Amino acid sequence: MGDIKTSVNLCGVELKNPVMTASGTFGSGAEYCEFTDLSKLGAVVTKGVANIPWEGNPTPRVAEVYGGMLNAVGLQNPGIDVFCERDIPFLRQYDTKIIVNVCGKSTQDYLEVVERLSDEPVDMLEINISCPNVKEGGIAFGQDPKLVEAITSDIKKIAKQPVIMKLSPNVTDITEMARAAEAAGADCLSLINTLTGMKIDINRRSFVLANKTGGMSGPAIHPIAVRMVYQVAQAVKLPLIGMGGILTAEDAIEMILAGATAVSVGTANFIDPRATEKIIDGIKAYMRKYQVKDIKELIGAVR
Amino acid sequence: MKAKFEEMAVVLSQKKIAADIYDLTIQTKDIAAHAKAGQFLSLYCKDGTKLLPRPISLCEIDRTKGTLRLVYRVTGENTGTEEFSRMAAGDTIRVLGPLGNGFALGEKKAFLIGGGIGIPPMLQLAKELNCEKTAVLGYRDEVFLLDDFKEVCSTVIATEDGSAGTKGNVIDAIKAHNLEADVIYACGPTPMLRALKAYAQENDMECYISMEERMACGIGACLACVCKTKEKDHHTNVHNKRICKEGPVFDAKEVEL
Repeated sequence: MGDIKTSVNLCGVELKNPVMTASGTFGSGAEYCEFTDLSKLGAVVTKGVANIPWEGNPTPRVAEVYGGMLNAVGLQNPGIDVFCERDIPFLRQYDTKIIVNVCGKSTQDYLEVVERLSDEPVDMLEINISCPNVKEGGIAFGQDPKLVEAITSDIKKIAKQPVIMKLSPNVTDITEMARAAEAAGADCLSLINTLTGMKIDINRRSFVLANKTGGMSGPAIHPIAVRMVYQVAQAVKLPLIGMGGILTAEDAIEMILAGATAVSVGTANFIDPRATEKIIDGIKAYMRKYQVKDIKELIGAVR
Repeated sequence: MKAKFEEMAVVLSQKKIAADIYDLTIQTKDIAAHAKAGQFLSLYCKDGTKLLPRPISLCEIDRTKGTLRLVYRVTGENTGTEEFSRMAAGDTIRVLGPLGNGFALGEKKAFLIGGGIGIPPMLQLAKELNCEKTAVLGYRDEVFLLDDFKEVCSTVIATEDGSAGTKGNVIDAIKAHNLEADVIYACGPTPMLRALKAYAQENDMECYISMEERMACGIGACLACVCKTKEKDHHTNVHNKRICKEGPVFDAKEVEL
């Protein structure tokens, strides 16, 4: 069965298959390597990292909702120095691509991290301009096309690796943000980040999350993500990484048919630590069943 | 060596032992053999709309037979724990474990203090601790697992409504019985843990507490279940430790409550 080709090319980076992890759900892989072989993954997308350590939000940081979950972790991270010393060497042990998710409160914060990573052996950068859980930065950069354009072009001026801009679904028209990022020179887009939600505990008459609001993920948001990937695929020429509620190979294939070159698996990792591997196997099974020789035949095949 | 196992466990028995409190015994393949007192399991729901695993502490471990006893509270209608409570002998459930660090066994004269649904994990610890020990159990009203504790060690109880034992909380029970110890092992609601941390400090005792927080992954990746720490944590590089990974048991001096 060596005749099927699952590799995809993402702005010059060759992934052995289109399945990667979604930032924030997989750490840097250390907690998952006990369950799944990281070398089987197309890429590992790390938890967002900032120029300095961030403490994150108060707890409770997560809440389950019908068919999904809310999180307001608030981008807790050890800072770029510890990340470079510990997490990059850890990931280099595996035969997978490394995509570092970069977060910041100001343009300067993002640029510091991007600059620091310029000499590091990482394959791509994913710029988080869509986190709904931090007060400054994050989503503020992702909800105005002028700001998307400005931060994308600032980052592109200094980045040594291909730049993925991660888009927020919490906008009126996501294609506007996608076009802005493309115009400013982004190499790739990833979408969608979480949808802002809220859960109230009716017994305590209070918010479940300490942050009041949180980002919704999980299978309940998958149709929204598929729709947005499809819309963006029609609006820009850039390759797309589709994510949002992918639990199964079927979900991943839907996303690819809608126009994604690669897919990220997030919340599914919490439900099954081997989810990524199972999705890769499922994609291969689908390709054999329908005699798809090269996965590229599926990308954006539904118009 | 592999330390965590994902398995389909088989239900051996289940019964209700108090209002909303269920007593479940499951057969595992590898988990029980590797489990320690104070560790927990992730239990997954069959209902696909309930995505996240439910962390449940280990009440008893039989490493030879490979069985685990879980005593848990049903948290409401249409919850994951309600789904678990409907399981009967022969049913299967997907579990991941053992998770977390568990209690370190010492030899000093000990109090084993449990409050409410924090009582069950103290039973396995009571069985394993080879030292002078007293269990101090705090209930709101209805008592459960009391006979199990009495079989292993001397046990005193407190109830909030005064229906059994000392009226009040676990510290009231300690004082009423004039008890003394060198170390506290405790699991229960945060206000109880906070009071015990202060009590241990005043009385120059060691104090190890098992913490609880809403979790998602259960294995240390998502950073949902953190607690505030006095010192910067080596892993997170901030003043946060992961309850599911570095905990749930912490030296009370390390954490801020």
